[in-house]
Amino acid sequence: MAEREQRRRNAPSRTENEVVEEPAPSSPRGEKLKADLDDLLDEIDEVLEDNAEEFVRNYVQKGGQ
Amino acid sequence: MAIPKVCGIETEYGVHANGPDANPVSASSVLINAYAAEVDRRTRWDFEDETPERDARGYAREGALPPMVETHLANTVLTNGARYYVDHAHPEYSTPECYDPLELVCHDKAGEEVLRRSMAAAAALPNAPEVVVYKNNSDGKGNSYGCHENYLMDRTVPFASVVTGIIPHFVTRLIYTGAGKVGTETTAFGTETVHYQISQRAEFFEEMVGLETTLKRPIVNTRDEPHADPKRFRRLHVIVGDANLAEVATFLKVGTTALVLAMIEDEMTPPKELALSDPVRAMHQVSADLTLSRPLRAADGSTITALEIQWEIFAAARRYAKEKGLDVIGGEQVGEMVLDRWEAVLTGLESDPGTLADQIDWLAKRSLIEGYRDRHGCRWDDHRLAALDLQYHDLRPARSLFSRLPMERLVDDAAIATAVTEPPRRTRAWFRGRCLAEWPDAVVTANWDSLVFDVGSDPLRRVPMMDPLKGTADHTASLFESCDGPSELLERLSS
Repeated sequence: MAEREQRRRNAPSRTENEVVEEPAPSSPRGEKLKADLDDLLDEIDEVLEDNAEEFVRNYVQKGGQ
Repeated sequence: MAIPKVCGIETEYGVHANGPDANPVSASSVLINAYAAEVDRRTRWDFEDETPERDARGYAREGALPPMVETHLANTVLTNGARYYVDHAHPEYSTPECYDPLELVCHDKAGEEVLRRSMAAAAALPNAPEVVVYKNNSDGKGNSYGCHENYLMDRTVPFASVVTGIIPHFVTRLIYTGAGKVGTETTAFGTETVHYQISQRAEFFEEMVGLETTLKRPIVNTRDEPHADPKRFRRLHVIVGDANLAEVATFLKVGTTALVLAMIEDEMTPPKELALSDPVRAMHQVSADLTLSRPLRAADGSTITALEIQWEIFAAARRYAKEKGLDVIGGEQVGEMVLDRWEAVLTGLESDPGTLADQIDWLAKRSLIEGYRDRHGCRWDDHRLAALDLQYHDLRPARSLFSRLPMERLVDDAAIATAVTEPPRRTRAWFRGRCLAEWPDAVVTANWDSLVFDVGSDPLRRVPMMDPLKGTADHTASLFESCDGPSELLERLSS
């Protein structure tokens, strides 16, 4: 648990000399997510409603709780 | 003292029917009746216990509008202990009472599956219009509908402590529970331009505390309808959340909130003063701030960010777990999972939110929309972006964008399929669901805290279930094994 606490960044109680591990913005995880998203975007036109304007305009709900 | 956080989620789904005569009330009824017919469910909901106008503060504000109870619309109870009905022109699915946040994720997903099966059952009816269901919270035109959470609480805890303790969490948990939305649809942001916001629901909130759910929505709802022994229990009815599709988001929404409520019951909330000077405005600011860095004004005049508030609450939760254990949110295993996930998500939000696009709805949707914008160079007012937003929530397998994203799972399809028919084992939902499955003809009506039996010769018999923690699989195993029929069950229960 102590180790986990130390890894927190910018936590109000942190001290100056803690080691901070932060994933680089281009982490393998981020890259993988981006690749998966690209695959979806390649084929998204087959899934999207043909007439976006009409689709959005027709979606009208009664208010609920 | 903290008591087990029995919990549930009620989702009002968006519904759209094509065709000239289509109206949302009949479309919702078609869905529910088609499903009920397919699974042969005849037991109707019992309204005996409905008192949504009762206020937890002990009084009602002048001009406050209590919610109405609609007793004439499609309304049924399922063998998994859930309630499935028409509410305010929406199909609504209330999960059975669950014992821990992970079980609730499974039952929330089972609700989506029930709606999908309902769409298929409705489509098979002769001359049926296509009925489409969306798990979202607004139509983009200023109409909102809810995804409500419920948590069991100790009645002795003063309601004022609940209000003070939970508001900072409700305002800031948005950063991982938001479902994301293109644009705005209320006057909450004044002249500020907001192309994309974190929450579907936040901008519809106008008050801090109150009884309403459809107008002047309050961050803390005061409905005092425990559906259990009112001397011992309170049910905190939470209307401020977004409907989540991401399992991690639902898990965190429920897990962190259950933990904070237990901390309130044990008087172990964060030592630092986290009160905000204007929680409603702060919640709108959090929703509009994709950088997660905008300072909010605290009640003491200082400033603090949503992430900083979350880190304070998280640190207090760790201390709480160390001192009191995690039994009240379902045990050490699931409790530690809540804490670890919570920490990982706050860390990710702080360093590189994009890495959470497979866990958090608003980030998943944003990555999709940003990706589409990059390819097509759309302006923010392009209808295709609003369509992407809507289709993220579309439950039709052929149209759902969420289901095409590589989202992290916490429960598998087999467990979800089981939860469509089987009740949770560790709450009274087990007794409700098993009675409905075993003796569908004998249970005439059911609700959260009772079942009404008709066993022929006797007058109708009501079996009360005033303790959500009784009637579990453990309590009733020998009862269901040894009883030949409902008459014997009633005899055994009354002896």
